[in-house]
Amino acid sequence: MRPFAYTKVETLAEAVDALAAAGPQARLLAGGTTLYDLMKLEIETPSAVVDVHRVADLAGFDTSGDRELVFGAGARMADVAEDGRLRRDYPALSESLWRAASQQLRNMATLGGNLLQRTRCPYFRGGEPFACNKRSPGSGCAAQEGLDRSNALFGGSEACIAVYPGDWATALVAFDAEVDVHGPGGARSLPLARLHREPGDTPQHEHNLAPGEIITRVRVPVTPAGRGSAYLKIRDRESYAFALVSAAVALTLDGDGRVDECRIAVGGVATRPWRVPAAEQALRGNAITEASARAAGEAAFTGARPGRANAFKIELGTRTVADAVRLAGSRAVG
Amino acid sequence: MAATASTAAGSAHELDLACTVNGEPVRLRVDTRESLLDVLRERLGVTGPKKGCDHGQCGACTVHLDGRRVVSCLTPAVQVTGADVTTVEGVAGPDGELHPLQQAFIDHDALQCGYCTPGQIMSGLACLAEGHAGDDDEVREYMSGNLCRCGAYAGIVAAVRAVAEQGR
Ligand SMILES: Cc1cc2nc3c(=O)[nH]c(=O)nc-3n(C[C@H](O)[C@H](O)[C@H](O)COP(=O)(O)OP(=O)(O)OC[C@H]3O[C@@H](n4cnc5c(N)ncnc54)[C@H](O)[C@@H]3O)c2cc1C
Ligand code: SF4
Ligand code: FES
Ligand code: FES
Repeated sequence: MRPFAYTKVETLAEAVDALAAAGPQARLLAGGTTLYDLMKLEIETPSAVVDVHRVADLAGFDTSGDRELVFGAGARMADVAEDGRLRRDYPALSESLWRAASQQLRNMATLGGNLLQRTRCPYFRGGEPFACNKRSPGSGCAAQEGLDRSNALFGGSEACIAVYPGDWATALVAFDAEVDVHGPGGARSLPLARLHREPGDTPQHEHNLAPGEIITRVRVPVTPAGRGSAYLKIRDRESYAFALVSAAVALTLDGDGRVDECRIAVGGVATRPWRVPAAEQALRGNAITEASARAAGEAAFTGARPGRANAFKIELGTRTVADAVRLAGSRAVG
Repeated sequence: MAATASTAAGSAHELDLACTVNGEPVRLRVDTRESLLDVLRERLGVTGPKKGCDHGQCGACTVHLDGRRVVSCLTPAVQVTGADVTTVEGVAGPDGELHPLQQAFIDHDALQCGYCTPGQIMSGLACLAEGHAGDDDEVREYMSGNLCRCGAYAGIVAAVRAVAEQGR
């Protein structure tokens, strides 16, 4: 690991100042489960690290509001996953957390760090001698000539097809979450759907935060579709693995049992959190049956661009969406 | 915390770390790059926590930090200042009598080579304390962060469940 200058801060204001003072090669350290891991691999080589893991302004979360749920960027995944109200009224959000990583990692990892976790593309993590435009712009993309089983079917470019691996952001994008940030220029908010970037020609730029900006909170508008929600995650093993495919579904049913409000997003298959409006449209106004759920799944995967070893995810993903729709529907009733 | 060897205001490449390890106060100077796992094993001779992967993927290095289980390989040592660290060495009673979960691992054949066992024990204790040992499936889910290449999983689940049943 390369040497770096370490600063621990106690408040958000200190964090903003320290980050600005430390310059463009500085990184925030929260739980460290992405950053410190990649520093060990020398994929991340910050000159300075600003440690925010004890910043009280960022900790805490509140799921009791009438209008929105508020999650501090420093709240730990394990604590939020256990929240009784979240489990009952927004099961998809809770499931997206407790089905991620392991309990040890969830005790360390923060919600803000989780949003900005980096891809698990093996050639990105593998370092030299693999070509990787994300790690080393202009060097090429080893995944496109190599093992692309874990790479994206949606949102890729010639430069990069790396999957955004996070479960929490996939669930959040279905709920129209907003992200509050604080930086040298003050505070602002942006939709979670606009936090992450598609790779385009510049896969090294993964998000739309300005230099020195810190995520402070995530806010989720209250919705009755929370109750009728599910986060279904299909993995190579039953637990403690990233998604091959996942689906976040949230819906309400009208008096006749037809889908009214409907939100669907898929994970494990796209370069950023991926909402699928076509699937929502396919389902809205219909009763949930095997056929209508399947049609939503097919709509979600229309336009998929598979590579050599990941085409199986089209059928797998179609079924994952269909199953998640039926699970969400069963929760929406009663 | 005393931030010495400062480069810029308050930043450092080395720091004084003060914490407790299995109840004993510890004070030493650490490089900001060092992991808690390396400090425990290489600097303090506490070799219960094992280095299986060094990347958070196996759980062999699991310890408790202020009572919560974490992977010590992804915990920068500098983050531990002021905290209580417990490793498998701190689990047995004062006269060396095994903790009921350690005894249950023996009774249920929950190990072969033993490499993963210190992490399994620390994770299992946390699993019990968290209330995540209600049935076999819940134990499997909440122990999934601890891999066992000998495949002693059936025994591990049985051992954790046995202690959960004793506790009710
Ligand atoms: C073995 C393993 C398995 C995993 N499995 C899963 C899984 O199945 N699903 C899943 O979703 N995730 C998984 N993860 C990823 C894990 O959830 C993330 O590493 C974690 O959530 C990151 O949070 P952190 O607090 O540790 O972030 P850090 O590592 O501290 O930070 C990550 C990044 O975010 C930046 N950052 C942190 N906080 C802020 C902030 N407030 N504002 C702006 N930038 C910030 C940092 O500078 C850094 O670039 C896994 C990780 C490991 C090691
Ligand atoms: S897909 Fe992206 S991250 Fe993976 S090797 Fe290609 S450029 Fe790198
Ligand atoms: S050594 Fe820490 S998880 Fe494998
Ligand atoms: S007993 Fe050998 S790895 Fe678990």
